Amino acid sequence: MDLTLSPSEQAFRDELRAWLAENHPGVGPPGEDAAFDHRRAWQRKLFDAGYAGFSWPREYGGRGATLIEQALFGEEMARAKAPSPANVLGMVMGGPVVIHHGSDEQKERWLQPILTGDEIWCQGFSEPDSGSDLASLKTRAVKSNGEWLVTGQKVWTTFAHKSKWCMLVARTDQDAPKHQGLTYFIMDMEQEAVQIRPLHQITNEPEFNELFMEEARIPDENVVGGVGNGWAVAITTLMNERAGLGAAAAAGVRIALEELKQLARERGAEGDPVIRQRLAQLTIEVELLRLNSWRGLTRIMKRGTAGPEGSLPKWQWAEINQALTELAVDMLGEEGAYWDSPWTYRLLRSRANSIEGGTTEILKNIIAERVLGLPKLR
Amino acid sequence: MNFAFSDDQQAIKRTARDLLADRFKMDAVRGLAEAGGYDDAAWSELCELGWPGIFIDEELGGQGLGAVELVILIEELGYALAPLPFLSNAAAGLVIAAGGSDEQKERWLPGIASGAARGTVGVLGPDGAAALVPDADSAHVIVLCGHEGRTIVERSAADVEVVKTMDHTRRYARVRANGAGQALEGEHLPGLSRACVALAAELTGIAQRAMELAVEHARERKQFDRPIGAYQAVSHRCAQMLMEVEGARSASYYAAWTAEAEPETLALAASMAKAYASDAGWRVCTSALQVHGGIGFTWEHDLHFFLKRARVDGLLYGSAQQHREIVAELSAPQAAAGVG
Repeated sequence: MDLTLSPSEQAFRDELRAWLAENHPGVGPPGEDAAFDHRRAWQRKLFDAGYAGFSWPREYGGRGATLIEQALFGEEMARAKAPSPANVLGMVMGGPVVIHHGSDEQKERWLQPILTGDEIWCQGFSEPDSGSDLASLKTRAVKSNGEWLVTGQKVWTTFAHKSKWCMLVARTDQDAPKHQGLTYFIMDMEQEAVQIRPLHQITNEPEFNELFMEEARIPDENVVGGVGNGWAVAITTLMNERAGLGAAAAAGVRIALEELKQLARERGAEGDPVIRQRLAQLTIEVELLRLNSWRGLTRIMKRGTAGPEGSLPKWQWAEINQALTELAVDMLGEEGAYWDSPWTYRLLRSRANSIEGGTTEILKNIIAERVLGLPKLR
Repeated sequence: MNFAFSDDQQAIKRTARDLLADRFKMDAVRGLAEAGGYDDAAWSELCELGWPGIFIDEELGGQGLGAVELVILIEELGYALAPLPFLSNAAAGLVIAAGGSDEQKERWLPGIASGAARGTVGVLGPDGAAALVPDADSAHVIVLCGHEGRTIVERSAADVEVVKTMDHTRRYARVRANGAGQALEGEHLPGLSRACVALAAELTGIAQRAMELAVEHARERKQFDRPIGAYQAVSHRCAQMLMEVEGARSASYYAAWTAEAEPETLALAASMAKAYASDAGWRVCTSALQVHGGIGFTWEHDLHFFLKRARVDGLLYGSAQQHREIVAELSAPQAAAGVG
């Protein structure tokens, strides 16, 4: 057990920290389009420095970073409050799927523009009637004259209106059992048959979208992983690349915690015994999120694959972020009601944390069934 | 950055698990708990193996290993719920090793390491008494420490009044020095922090075992024609247990690691571990009881022994709330200047 960084890990972190100090793009401008362009420019800068697709194998333009390096990368980005690059979904989900399941032609066509940010990717998985039970999805793809015609509706599609490509899971076999009739497509978003409607969330931001497809066309060569294998391919995206995210999430809430302690000081609440207890509890939980994430990485490196216990940090992070923003707004008192207070925004936004990317209930199911070996309900 | 145990550490863990599982079958634990006694033969055996002195320097009769190895043993002792005077003796060794003069170490540590002249530690209250001192009735030497002072006193000179607690698997006493004894030369806090880490590790082992009992029950017990573990009201409880057990484990391993590798972090890490594990130990055990339903509330079921040990461990050497206050103090912005 050695919880210090090795000399090479230390060197890597110092180099990255120095680079970030030089190249940090600053806080994004107001306005959705301007903010997006800012993130796109940041993506390009990361690419030029070789930091985009950091975890990808070198042969596909990445750096082949170790899990520890990925975790350090996430920690440093969070620590520097760097914006996330524009093409997060492409880099974290789309690219790895193409790398694992794609043909040589598909890799040639799609990988590089993901990293440069020239082509933005979005994700078409969830549907109005298929959230946690994703495999029940109804969007249909029918083959006709060598291409696929897709009809249906998707929801929670981040950056749909900025995207060139959509990772789309659709049903290609109505008669097969629900997990076996699905196919994973890469759909071109630039066509009339795909309509986008912004979905305003409780913060009144249109961070997500609904997608409506009426016979949208997808060429056969845009099937990834083979017809009928969509579930297995989609699962790779969901399970993969989470390894370093726990550490990054921990670094993110650690910064939020520092801001919260600053707030306690400004509001004269730091001597309040109840506030002190709540702050201390959060301090402990933030530290445990970091330690659990690193322990998880150690296990993966020993065993070679990510396991279902990767669900713990996501669940933990959501609880921490929600408790943290609740405490901040409690400390603000009546001013915590103000719509333009940043903490109020964070309070509201944090309610999605226990839903997005796997609800806490689904994560608990995974832990109960696959870590503890309890019987399945279904 | 690597959280994995070394091969030697893994061997210690395996050996401890196997040996304790054999010596402390639940029937044996129950028998000892109901009689209010310890297994002297098992204690002698562990002494032969050198367990009590695992963290004590070799020249003082110990094995010269560290806080991580100690935590590994204690987690397993908690898992087995072994009625033994191990923790109390280790606490005394930790406090004297960290805060004693050379003379004090030479005088007391060999007996603690061999187990022949055991020690224990009590935390003094404002009235000058330590209300909850494990194994004070059988220890050779007692370290009493707190804001009110720090004294090493022989049991024969101290005022030791046995108290019955809800934990039937460990003996406790209320102790006063009554002016006898000798001042511990150095600080007691570094040693007490280590003792808190040991307690956090014990709580981790207890919570792990309670969780396993609950999961096993949830797999076997059927109601409405299904194993109750198939119901999310039950299975999500179990998932919550895992979250808390793993948190307590991470916290105690990390704090143990800081003891030697990063001593300036020890006080904070130890209070984090003690605060979190105290809560986790109780919550996991109570949740396990709920999963068991009525049978979990009976004396004949073993779970209550774990639950009670967890509750008392949670109170010993500072409650979760007291340790959270320390965390608040030590982790406040610019804390470094203010803490003495």
